[in-house]
Amino acid sequence: MSISAIVFWVIAAVILGSAISVVTAQNLVHAAFFMVLTFFGVSGLYVLLEADFLAVVQILIYVGAIAVLMVFGVMLTQKKDMAQTNASSSHKWLAGGIVTLLMVVLAYAVTRTPWQIIDKAAPLSTVGPIGDLLLNQFVIPFEAVGILLLVAVLGAIILTKGERNLP
Amino acid sequence: MIITLNHYLLLAAMLFCIGLYAALAKQNAISILMGIELMLNACIINLVAFNRFMDPSMLVGQVFGVFVIALAAAEVVVGLALVLTVYRDLLSVNIEDFNWLKW
Repeated sequence: MSISAIVFWVIAAVILGSAISVVTAQNLVHAAFFMVLTFFGVSGLYVLLEADFLAVVQILIYVGAIAVLMVFGVMLTQKKDMAQTNASSSHKWLAGGIVTLLMVVLAYAVTRTPWQIIDKAAPLSTVGPIGDLLLNQFVIPFEAVGILLLVAVLGAIILTKGERNLP
Repeated sequence: MIITLNHYLLLAAMLFCIGLYAALAKQNAISILMGIELMLNACIINLVAFNRFMDPSMLVGQVFGVFVIALAAAEVVVGLALVLTVYRDLLSVNIEDFNWLKW
């Protein structure tokens, strides 16, 4: 067993264990912190897949921004004790059945498809090629994502402040 | 033992299913947002793994990963704004109390 295989299994255990803890933790703040651990694990997976830029972006945006936003959301909406804030709803068995069925179908599809593997080395640094692709081939989607982020920020401000309170 | 594309795809499928369970079966609206984040992470793992194993010289999969991360940021901003707005009126984030659109 090579080093990268051992690292893969450790990271997979961290990701799956902490993702299951996100679902099973009774305290919503604990669930948010387990989600941070999941994000770190996914970032390690990107390093293993030789996507160094995406690994750093994952930590910056998911751990640095999204997880902090989630914790803020929890803190702003829970006044009483946090003990039972992550409860399941009444139809959790139906949801479990749907999810199990989906997992079986996905596992069947993944293992039965003959993937066309190309065994080549990845580029040493991915930052330059990604910037090149973003500003040449994918410049229209890049600008569209910029507009989408602007619209999302404006929408969040209008939703939370109310249309009438805006200057 | 060599780690192949199938390992990454199965790991991403499991992460997606856990996120889907959180999105379907949780009462708290913020738990549902967390489940959606887990599902988006599984999608990005798929994109990066396909990029690494099927066309390593072009980085198209990673560029789409960057796009998905930007979409996730936009989604969580609007989602939390909606949750906070509803919380101000209902004083609850339990989705079983959200019944304005039922008749």
